[in-house]
Amino acid sequence: MILLKLFFTFFKIGLFTFGGGYAMLPLIEEEVVRNGWMDTSDLVNFIAVSESTPGPFAVNVSTYVGCEVAGVLGSLCATLGVIMPSFIVILVVAKCFEKFKSSKTVKGCMSGLKPAVIGLIANAVISIGRTAFFPESVYPNGISIAFVTDLAFYVSLVTFVLTAVLALKKVHPILIICLSAVIGIVCGYALNLQM
Amino acid sequence: MIPLIQRDISEKKKWISDGDILEIVAIAESTPGPIAINAATFVGYKVCGFLGALASTLGVVLPSFTIILIIASVLREFQNYKAVKYAFFGIRAGVLALIVKAIVSMFKQCRHDAVSYIIMAVAFIAVTVFGANMLAVIIACALMGLISSVISERRVKK
Repeated sequence: MILLKLFFTFFKIGLFTFGGGYAMLPLIEEEVVRNGWMDTSDLVNFIAVSESTPGPFAVNVSTYVGCEVAGVLGSLCATLGVIMPSFIVILVVAKCFEKFKSSKTVKGCMSGLKPAVIGLIANAVISIGRTAFFPESVYPNGISIAFVTDLAFYVSLVTFVLTAVLALKKVHPILIICLSAVIGIVCGYALNLQM
Repeated sequence: MIPLIQRDISEKKKWISDGDILEIVAIAESTPGPIAINAATFVGYKVCGFLGALASTLGVVLPSFTIILIIASVLREFQNYKAVKYAFFGIRAGVLALIVKAIVSMFKQCRHDAVSYIIMAVAFIAVTVFGANMLAVIIACALMGLISSVISERRVKK
């Protein structure tokens, strides 16, 4: 049963994702967290793993979530689910390629989908920002004013600002992840932060 | 991934032409599903029909699938070490930065007109403030794009 659920959940995610990279993130987060398969913090950790390994994010994340929930078979079902809509749609489109290419309907829909994806990822930034700055383990009852005296908060803030500047200067994502990991380890031990 | 497709599939194997690459990108971007999978399936189909599509899709999935399965088996245990916890504590801020960067570049590539900005804001507010269903928002935004393009076309005709 759980295998079917994995398949159909990821089928849905594949069917409603338009674009590459993080376009899939908002749907993944909603489904994975709502089903209790992973929390946002685990997901964010995994994004770092995915950035540091080859292959499309979609396949990486479906394989990982599937494995966490139901082992190797789970990975298989989730990954098959996420690629199936692409596979079917592309086969259909390839047959009526010329019509699809010049279709005004498709162009019109895309002109709405592109900005929508930006709005949805901006929404995901809020919950991801919460796990980065105000983790559940430290703020179980929501964000409180206690963060003013929380050293971990300032470390996160400085790391974020620094890596954001570097990322905008097109520094490679793997370097960004390595740098932020080093900052985390050094500051964690130096300030004896509680995790 | 597109530069790799161009080098290996077009220049080395000559399975498709450079002009096809542009079409593949256009199709992969405007069909549901991750661009990488769409592009692989499409190239496979063009070269060798249904079986080609099957082979190339499996080909693009397998490396990730294998690597992640190996990582998944150790990641949990690995996360119990204090140093790893600290590392991921730093990494979460770094990942946030990467996502913000991704939004900035998507915004730059997006059309800059009132309709785009309105759709962005509507999608964000609907989900953030009203907790709207994401699939409903995606469908509604596609329709808004479609309707606005129909309207602007009629205006041009008049």
